[in-house]
Amino acid sequence: MNRISRIVLAVAALVPVLAFASGAKLALDKAPINLHDKVSLQRGAQAFVNHCLNCHSASMMRYSRLSDLGLTEAQIRDNLLLAGEKVGESMTTALDAKDAKAFFGVVPPDLSLLARSRGSDWLYTYLRGFYRDAGTKTGWNNTVFPNVGMPHVLWEYQGDQVMQVTTKVDPVSGDKVESHKLVLDRPGKLKPVEYDQYVSDLVNFMTYVSEPAQTNRKMWGILVLFFLAAFAVITLLLKNEYWKDVR
Amino acid sequence: MAVTQQKTPVTGAGPFNGVLTWVDARFPLVRMWKEQLSEYYAPKNFNWWYYFGSLALLCLVIQIVSGIFLTMNYKPSAQEAFASVEYIMRDVPGGWLIRYIHSTGASMFFICIYLHMARGLMYGSYRKPRELIWIFGVMIYLALMGEAFFGYLLPWGQMSYWGAQVIINLFGTVPIIGPDLAIWIRGDYNVSDATLNRFFALHVIALPLVILGLVAAHLTALHEVGSNNPDGVEIYNAIDPKSGKPMDGIPMHPYYTIKDIFGVAVFLLVFSAIVFFSPEMGGYFLEYNNFIPADPLKTPEHIAPVWYFTPYYAMLRAVPPMFGSQFPGVAVMGAATMILFLLPWLDRGKVKSIRYRGPKYRIWFTAFIISFLVLGYLGVEPTTVWGEFGKGLPIVGGDYVALWAARVLTVVYFAFFLLMPWFTRNDKERPEPVRVTG
Repeated sequence: MNRISRIVLAVAALVPVLAFASGAKLALDKAPINLHDKVSLQRGAQAFVNHCLNCHSASMMRYSRLSDLGLTEAQIRDNLLLAGEKVGESMTTALDAKDAKAFFGVVPPDLSLLARSRGSDWLYTYLRGFYRDAGTKTGWNNTVFPNVGMPHVLWEYQGDQVMQVTTKVDPVSGDKVESHKLVLDRPGKLKPVEYDQYVSDLVNFMTYVSEPAQTNRKMWGILVLFFLAAFAVITLLLKNEYWKDVR
Repeated sequence: MAVTQQKTPVTGAGPFNGVLTWVDARFPLVRMWKEQLSEYYAPKNFNWWYYFGSLALLCLVIQIVSGIFLTMNYKPSAQEAFASVEYIMRDVPGGWLIRYIHSTGASMFFICIYLHMARGLMYGSYRKPRELIWIFGVMIYLALMGEAFFGYLLPWGQMSYWGAQVIINLFGTVPIIGPDLAIWIRGDYNVSDATLNRFFALHVIALPLVILGLVAAHLTALHEVGSNNPDGVEIYNAIDPKSGKPMDGIPMHPYYTIKDIFGVAVFLLVFSAIVFFSPEMGGYFLEYNNFIPADPLKTPEHIAPVWYFTPYYAMLRAVPPMFGSQFPGVAVMGAATMILFLLPWLDRGKVKSIRYRGPKYRIWFTAFIISFLVLGYLGVEPTTVWGEFGKGLPIVGGDYVALWAARVLTVVYFAFFLLMPWFTRNDKERPEPVRVTG
């Protein structure tokens, strides 16, 4: 065994591949994304500007692009530009990177592409997965991102969750089985259903931000596929016509 | 005045006849057209496998054209590369389309090439007198792997960065010269701005030139000896005494040019479905971690190369280090590609096509294809995949199942080539027909 494990370790050292411990991956909740729902995207934009942009940037995204959401330039300027930026500028935070490092231990990552690297479902689960934990620096912990440096920014809306651990004894094997469950300890301003809606609007917006052209892309896709399908039929008929005399 | 050879004027009554005659007196346009297309006789029995040659050529054109437009807005610098790709995705009109065409095109190119090579294997298209076609083809395949590897660094995401880091470190394992070689490739002690710059140069100029030259050689050699076909019998064995043309051959143009256009239409349907509806292809064409900017201080949990490299990557991981060096794995990986060059001389069968091969070849061929595909799958996954199987078994059980599977499959991969002289020599082959069928 020892020799084998040495070999495996050496291979792993050459090619840094960490194993996923089987079963340790948490099931993510499905984010109810609808990029055609412009009202939801607008609400998400509002939430994003009010809460996320204080510490995070979305530096790849220009404010002016938010006209995609059915907003006029004046509406963008009046409702979403909070620190006197210009409409053509990109969504960057006013928080200095050095300060951020001092506050949170890490510079909060840019959110432009987070919905693409982590996925919408991850974001949806993450933003609903904060719970009180006295053992961390911020007093908060998270189910999908253990010991995350970010405190629960939306706690006023969601309220305080705590992690409830119940231990049951399996009647067949006699093993102790721990089950973890988040419970709402102190309610926030929003009811749980309303908070889920709030987060889904926000995640919807972040999904849009990760690739603003995606709705447009799919629309073009339908046109292109119809054209190519017709083209394929015509070329097949043409080919059959030419090949009639080949035996 | 020098005496020039008199050519017969181009006959016909078209409106451009005068121009054509003028050009043809100075350039072998009509001759080239005839030799390469209208009087190049191809077997009439090509099946759908034969689309992938012309489709691979189409991919090359797509990559070159989309690449030119990307280059107009991309910035090859460690500071700006990642943002410039997003600039293309967001601010350049139609930029997202060009970028997705290029990223999808890379994977589709490899799909075409792999199917094209599988076709060549099945029907014995590498056999005498087509050895050089095969060799140029393998060279194109290797150049393409280099091209894809250099190109993958350019978006400067986490997978770009760490993928390049891992692959360049492989060169560092070469005995004696390794460490210096790795530095020479990177141009630095780490993957850095210098590496990005040289990879950009190699990706947009050096390798495309090499590939174009090799494609020209590949096609020249092909048109010199003529195409093989699913029966593996030569159409020039049956010549029509009246016309002097092969009876089972049809002119490339218009028959195959028209047929290939239909192939192009179907191919573009698939291509567009990916570009417009699933450009990431579930993380296989564009890896999710590559949407995170490169961070030299943060190694991602799971580094997997893009799918088209994974069979070799699985072999690399399967070979244990020897004498304190990881070089054996690297050597095996290199040998796995180099052995393709020897194929024309390893095959001792009397027939070319799998249609008339005996049971031994068929079994080996099937085992080879399966081992290549499963190795490809294992290369994508962490080494501990299949960990739920054989948990109690010593040495090969649990987390080591996949490792041992990869070892066995690597042996099968090499055995297919190395044992080929024997299992092809005394196989129960069926007699080839005199002329092509169907």
